[in-house]
Amino acid sequence: MNAPRLPNVTRRNLLLGTGALVVSFSLKDHAFAQESELNVPAKPPEPVAAGPKLPGSLADTPSLDAWIRIDADSSVTVYTGKAELGQGTKTSLRQIAAEELEVPPASINLITADTAITPDEGFTAGSQTVQNSGTAIRNAAAQVREILIQQASGKLQVPADQLKAQNGRIVGPDGKSIGYGEVVMTDMLHVDAQPKSKLKSPDAYEYIGKPFARVDIPAKVTGGPAYVQDMRLPGMLHARVVRPPSWFATLKDIDTASIKAMPGVVAVIRDGNFLAVAAEKEFQAVQAMRALTNLAEWEEKPRLPNEQDLPAVLQKSESEQGVVAEAGGDFTGGVKTFSAQFMRPYQMHASIGPSCSVAHLDNGTMTVWTHTQGVYPDRKAIAQMLGMPLDKVRCIHTEGSGCYGHNGADDAAGDAALIARALPGRPVKVQWMRDQEHLWEPYGPAMLTKVSASLDASGKIVNWKYDLWSNTHSARPGSAGALLPGQLMASGYPPDKPVMSITPLGNGDRNAIPLYSIPNMRVLWHFVADMPVRVSSLRGLGAYANVFSIESFMDQLAKEAGADPVEFRLKHMEDPRARKVITTAAEAFNWSSEPMPEGRGRGFAFAKYKNHAAYLALAMEIDVDKETGNIRIPRIVSAVDCGEAVAPDSIRNQTEGGIIQSLSWTMYEEVNFDNTRITSSDWSTYPILRFSAVPGSLDVHIVDNPGSPYLGVAEAAQGPTSAALANAIANATGKRLYDLPFSPARVKATLGV
Amino acid sequence: MKLNVNGSTHEVDADPATPLLYVLRNDLELNAAKFGCGLGQCGACTVMVDGKAIFSCLTPILLLEGREIKTVEGLGTIDSPGPMQQAFIEEQAAQCGYCIPGMMMRAQALLQSKPDASDAEIQTTLETNLCRCGTHMRILKAVKRARELMKTAAMAPASGERKV
Ligand code: FES
Ligand code: FES
Repeated sequence: MNAPRLPNVTRRNLLLGTGALVVSFSLKDHAFAQESELNVPAKPPEPVAAGPKLPGSLADTPSLDAWIRIDADSSVTVYTGKAELGQGTKTSLRQIAAEELEVPPASINLITADTAITPDEGFTAGSQTVQNSGTAIRNAAAQVREILIQQASGKLQVPADQLKAQNGRIVGPDGKSIGYGEVVMTDMLHVDAQPKSKLKSPDAYEYIGKPFARVDIPAKVTGGPAYVQDMRLPGMLHARVVRPPSWFATLKDIDTASIKAMPGVVAVIRDGNFLAVAAEKEFQAVQAMRALTNLAEWEEKPRLPNEQDLPAVLQKSESEQGVVAEAGGDFTGGVKTFSAQFMRPYQMHASIGPSCSVAHLDNGTMTVWTHTQGVYPDRKAIAQMLGMPLDKVRCIHTEGSGCYGHNGADDAAGDAALIARALPGRPVKVQWMRDQEHLWEPYGPAMLTKVSASLDASGKIVNWKYDLWSNTHSARPGSAGALLPGQLMASGYPPDKPVMSITPLGNGDRNAIPLYSIPNMRVLWHFVADMPVRVSSLRGLGAYANVFSIESFMDQLAKEAGADPVEFRLKHMEDPRARKVITTAAEAFNWSSEPMPEGRGRGFAFAKYKNHAAYLALAMEIDVDKETGNIRIPRIVSAVDCGEAVAPDSIRNQTEGGIIQSLSWTMYEEVNFDNTRITSSDWSTYPILRFSAVPGSLDVHIVDNPGSPYLGVAEAAQGPTSAALANAIANATGKRLYDLPFSPARVKATLGV
Repeated sequence: MKLNVNGSTHEVDADPATPLLYVLRNDLELNAAKFGCGLGQCGACTVMVDGKAIFSCLTPILLLEGREIKTVEGLGTIDSPGPMQQAFIEEQAAQCGYCIPGMMMRAQALLQSKPDASDAEIQTTLETNLCRCGTHMRILKAVKRARELMKTAAMAPASGERKV
């Protein structure tokens, strides 16, 4: 992002203003049904046409010109409904488009999620950007290239099969050529995509799979404007919200005259339990927020459960049961049965930069710059909250600090819109404070799992029962009740009713089915509809706790069977790609069962994310200090297969990041609360991993599969990392930890020192 | 009051109690130093004052008259990045990148005063700064790379082009 795009630039203006040759544009305005994290009932997509399904997001937005535009000067613009969340999307999508369009990636103008100009691709979530948007763009690009060749064939009087695209031109055998801009014609790309495209073969790739520097990094390391936090619009006010001290608190009467009289203060906004202040300068807003915080009196209600009792509370709160998987039905076999119970506490996203948004009500149109994961759903929620028609609200994705799921982004966007509505004509920036982010973002849900399985005499698993207790992992917007300001304002929209949804994508049940071949299996989700703690999606959803449980238990079973953990997994694994990833990680790590020195252990774990995305296995070596309970990690080796590796360095970067983040969750993180308030309000009360705890080395081996479909990778490491650590601790000490996190105190207590 | 930032003097019209961070970001329109916690717990706001790394979110400008303030913008530009910036680009050491400017300034302060800082010293120095994306391994690599690039830059003849 260089300069923020201005509020009055609509797609139509863009088109008129640049003399582009694409004159019309149509987006199917239907709901975004692809992400099962949604708990709003999504309208099913209208059938696009009879016949085979179009690839990726083309199925929802088939028109080629919704994805790609070529101007008279041959410049190429690519539109994606997905957002850059720090995962390198802007770079990998350019690589993909460039490959098929035969232009340098850097020359492509890429426009990301903006309700006025890009396709509706729902949420940027579930590691699906390359899978959905990338597939659409790649196919659209290939088809556009073929259209250009057809068109050039007439102009150059050369048969199409003798022409090729090259560096922005169509070139003939005799060297005759013509630029893309010269052949493109009005409405030429305003056609629906075909189900099949002429894709380049992997051996001809120039950009896909090649190391390619991220386009956004130079600006970020030199002070260029890169985030919504960096936006400054003329006349912009700074706003701060004042949140209640706890959930369910209500604001008593308040006289804000003293606050309004403070220097620079332009407005104090109260709407029910929603309270905010806007000022000319940022520090004035901060000072006014502090004064207002001191002034406000709240009626609090002690409704939080005892955090020590979470397993019991979750079980008591079960409202519904769903069968995730059932196979066989003989649970009597085997010679010995084992069981275990695992617990994951509430954990938070806790981005380094608290949520932020800019909103501007101008001439009856509300424009909101937001780091949301879904501009279209966010727009819908904001429009409902403000009682404005959809077409009077525009949401433009602008990067924020790292995004690992549904955090405070949408709420901050709602805050900004609600405040901007009271101050028409002036842009308003809302920046949350650290405690507001920690206390009010939706957390990753607490989960309890119980597993039991039997081994036969040969050490094979013959049956497997798995039960999980969990809330939904999705409370994303779509309706005003999913926005904090929507809930807090006087007209109070109720939160959407949580529904249990069991789909192949998975939610709380994501990765609850082991990929291993087990003849008799039953997996149940004990659905917890309501908990007095706000929850939604956090990177990996249920996969983190489920893989932690399954892969911990697999090690336990291996031990009972007297087998090496890697051997034991291979013995139960048929999927050849899974086997490959497991053996690659084991070999690269130099895995063995040789005894280790006192206090040192090795651990292994594997999962195929969502059971249909990236395969990831990892091994680690750790040292446990029995006196302090501290864990040191000399080395980690991982292997990942995410299909065709579009941007290998980005895959490595995201996998390293996933492993480190999961180590942080696993070793330190737990949201604490008393019976009224959340008490994890900053980095001292919610510690995360620091540099002293990073592994000595961390290797990521990519098992590439050129030509095979992309598989989402960004969340693949979360689960396996936690289990590998648990397994390594068990290997080092003979004691297993079942409850997350493995804080030094808990490690010490488990070891009985 | 007057503030010296990245080698030039700026007249700033702000309450002297204002933390430096807000003045840098708003009055001087410098983007690099970030708001992360405002509590001295994360390091996103780290800048240098007289060669030392400080949390700009906690430092009111009234303490800073006549001191030399340096931010990431003072290390180089996008067209001519300084050694620290070059190192982060080479190592592709960012995911969201939000924590990175703070990391760079803390590392810069260390390497400026101690060009031969050991790997362990680098790791210990960065302990105050948090990264949530888990970019730690690359950040360490980038700072080690910067250690080399800064030495090369220092050895280049004074009249010659800055080699980065
Ligand atoms: S913002 Fe200054 S230390 Fe966190
Ligand atoms: S790169 Fe995102 S916080 Fe460090």
